[in-house]
Amino acid sequence: MFGYEFYVDPSRCIGCQSCMKACEECETHRGKSMINFDFIDRRETIGTAAYVCWHCDDPTCAEVCPADAIKKGEDGVVHSSLKPRCIACWNCVLACPFGIPKEVPEYEQMMKCDMCYDRTSTGKRPMCATVCPSQALAYVRPEEIASRREKPSNTFYFGEQRVTTKVFMMVPPEQNSVSIDVMDYIWEGEDEPVSPTERGSPLAG
Amino acid sequence: MAKPPASLRQLTSQFGPHLNYTPAGGWREESTHPYHLVKTHCCFCGQQCGIQLKVEEENQRVIGFEPWEEFPFNRGMLCPKGVKRYLQSEHPDRLLDPLMRAEQGFRRATWEEALDLTATRLRDLQEKYGKDAVAVYGGASLTTEKTYLVGKFARVALGTRHVDYNGRLCMVSAGHAYKPAFGVDRSLIPWEDIPKAQVLLIVGANIGDCAPITTDYVWRCRDNGGKLIVVDPRLTPIARNADLFLPVRPGTDLALLMAMLHVVLRDGLENRDFIAEHTTGFEAVAESVKAWDPRRAAEMTGVPPENIEKAAHWFAKAERAIALHARGIEHHSKGVENCTAVINLCLATGQIGREGTGCSMITGQGNGQGGREQGQKCDQLPGQRQIDDPEARRHVASVWGIGEDEIPGKGLTAEEIMEAIHRGEIKGLLSMCFNPIVSLPDANFTREALEKLEFFGVIDFFLSETAQFADVVLAGSLHEEEEGLSCSAEGRVIHIQKAVNPPGNARADCSILCDLARRLGKEKYFPFTSMREILDEMREASRGGVADYYGITYEKVDRQLGVFWPCPTPDHPGTPRLIEGGKSFHPDGKCRFRVTEWRPSGDPLDENFPILLTTGRVVSQYLSGAQTRRIGELTDQYPNPRVEIHPRLADQHGIRDGDWVTVTTRRSSVTLQAMVVKTIRPDTIFIPYHWPFDRSVNRLTHRTLDPQSKIPEFKVSACRIQKAERPPEWWLEREAESNGSKPVEGRKRA
Repeated sequence: MFGYEFYVDPSRCIGCQSCMKACEECETHRGKSMINFDFIDRRETIGTAAYVCWHCDDPTCAEVCPADAIKKGEDGVVHSSLKPRCIACWNCVLACPFGIPKEVPEYEQMMKCDMCYDRTSTGKRPMCATVCPSQALAYVRPEEIASRREKPSNTFYFGEQRVTTKVFMMVPPEQNSVSIDVMDYIWEGEDEPVSPTERGSPLAG
Repeated sequence: MAKPPASLRQLTSQFGPHLNYTPAGGWREESTHPYHLVKTHCCFCGQQCGIQLKVEEENQRVIGFEPWEEFPFNRGMLCPKGVKRYLQSEHPDRLLDPLMRAEQGFRRATWEEALDLTATRLRDLQEKYGKDAVAVYGGASLTTEKTYLVGKFARVALGTRHVDYNGRLCMVSAGHAYKPAFGVDRSLIPWEDIPKAQVLLIVGANIGDCAPITTDYVWRCRDNGGKLIVVDPRLTPIARNADLFLPVRPGTDLALLMAMLHVVLRDGLENRDFIAEHTTGFEAVAESVKAWDPRRAAEMTGVPPENIEKAAHWFAKAERAIALHARGIEHHSKGVENCTAVINLCLATGQIGREGTGCSMITGQGNGQGGREQGQKCDQLPGQRQIDDPEARRHVASVWGIGEDEIPGKGLTAEEIMEAIHRGEIKGLLSMCFNPIVSLPDANFTREALEKLEFFGVIDFFLSETAQFADVVLAGSLHEEEEGLSCSAEGRVIHIQKAVNPPGNARADCSILCDLARRLGKEKYFPFTSMREILDEMREASRGGVADYYGITYEKVDRQLGVFWPCPTPDHPGTPRLIEGGKSFHPDGKCRFRVTEWRPSGDPLDENFPILLTTGRVVSQYLSGAQTRRIGELTDQYPNPRVEIHPRLADQHGIRDGDWVTVTTRRSSVTLQAMVVKTIRPDTIFIPYHWPFDRSVNRLTHRTLDPQSKIPEFKVSACRIQKAERPPEWWLEREAESNGSKPVEGRKRA
């Protein structure tokens, strides 16, 4: 939908799994959820996180696909594998830094979130973001998200790999990017390579 | 005697619960199966979210859903129950005919014989033992018109005073606090006020699990800079983001709330103008909290005294503050006091009657609000009128066309009815939309009582665990099969649309009650041929009452996307915010402080039972699970109740995550799997309540009632725990049946 963006905010997630239930209702993959959902560590915390595909600007999944089965549309949406091309080799499953693509054994095909292409292309919001009771998954205009406590960021560092994405992660207001590598916070002496993020706290990048 | 006519295993294999995973006809391409959308509401919980049901044109059956983004309350949002609610339609367990008890199990019956038998048996019992030997149970998942009809049926068709409903297990403690304080029993605020508060005090309300859509309102309040205070013995999903989390010991909320008021008054933070202008009874309450300094409260509640002070300061100093509460403070033998203490705090600080201020019980049951307004409560007539008020009796008698004396007096409440059955005083019961064997406390006692009934008739769409004890089961209708009104937690009256007809020989609930009334010789009081006619009579009956629906019609609700009552005239827009300007519904317009007095729980700890047991809900199940335990995905999300235990307590008993644990109270024992988590107090365990029989935490709970609201004390029982040697029988049986694979009930057609 023109003028709308997708935002993910795990700090709002209540773990209800409504997104997964709604995702399964989609006509193109009935009974299968394309949401990645985690209890972070149930013993230690009630924290949960639900993610969709981040729809990378330069999708690693497509880059590593030997069958050229993964396509990105002009709108930035990275689609599920093309059934006639996909050889179910798992390259994308293993390579995606976010761990998004899944091989579906019944279909012998990689499937993933395509941001409800059938809905967004006809003026409807993606199903998960429409139903999400806590709006941890939100598909809204940027001016609407600007009123939140957290701010959107779409730059991620996995070690040296910098990934920019179509989908935004909501992060504390003073932060501009998210670094996933513990190395970015470690001091190893004077002549270490320059780290892509400032050292300190993951919350102060 | 009314023992189930076959073994549990036989009844379960025939009537379920079976798990339904896919819509009628299976997963298909919708484009090849034209459908239309019906704008209606979710049936699971008091949020009453707007939803559109997909109805297949060809077979006229519900095959899916589509969010309804225009409906202002939830704007398309739905919890997992809402997403999967459509799977209750066309469910293989659905009762398609009336059932009658047979030699072995139940047999299909014709409507003639089932209705004749029901009417005859009820009449015979009344002739033999008196009118009040028969009781009627209603439910808060029914539309408001149905609840009106249940009340009228009991009082006019049967002439019994004993009619009550499962809302007695929901927010009655709040009702019994709000009615004397404000003269009205409803949320004081529309939900759009929540994001406008600067401080939100959420006491005993697990919003993320039990009122999921409200989460978005809470988060939006925080986005606006609002501070969040959460009082709960568990670190719930919303407590995770609290600015102040007060992990109160179960049963001591009152100490905490009185200490907060103590701090407010000690530090001179009360709103003297508001108190003087709009309230009565302040001095006595001020006196009563003098002894409740934060130090004393801290010792009882286990909450640091400085955090009690901080909470009091934040709430009192905010320009706008809102207090939300739910079953966490209501399910107590002092549930009314707990709610009253919240009200006292709001009144003393003047946090009431303006935008972004006020207090609200977050009503939990589907039509928990509407279900307590129009006459199925044992102490109320339509319009929230008190049954012992002569003026109220005159009005309702004139609408019903009977003598004032013919309306019976106040009857017993839900749990008291079960106790009267157990004592042999009530011999016959007609129950609709109530599953007491799961939902009432002390389930073994409930079972004994049900077995003593001389006649038990049930109106339901599935054979619930309670219906297994019935003599006759009249196959009724689902939410989507009858039109009607419902009232949401915020007091918004909404319109439930009929999407499809009842399947097979199942019938609309209202026509069943009207047919029974005819057989009882009261036809002329039940001449209804449509829901609209029942609504019109209900509007008259409520007219001039507190819950005045006179100005509410289906068309108006559709036009305005809901109407907040009171709505006394056709041109009245409705009343979203109550107590505006501090003016209550009492004749003098004042709000009333009421003194609260501390008393201990009805099931005290001792050396044999040293641990607190508290109960509650999970997001994927609704009430007794009669509907949601039949929906595959919802059951898989949380298949069996688990015992939440803090690692410290677990270590003391050598219990690890996943171990089987036997929990024992003064009533009984239950063996369930442990879930070792740091999100609960180490002196407390938690078990959700949606399951029957061997998995039922209500076998452990006790029958102590609040003396005013008669709500059972589900939130505090004394227990002990022990690691179990082996899994319980129910688990082993299922494991055997499923040949070692994951034990779940299979999908079968009844």
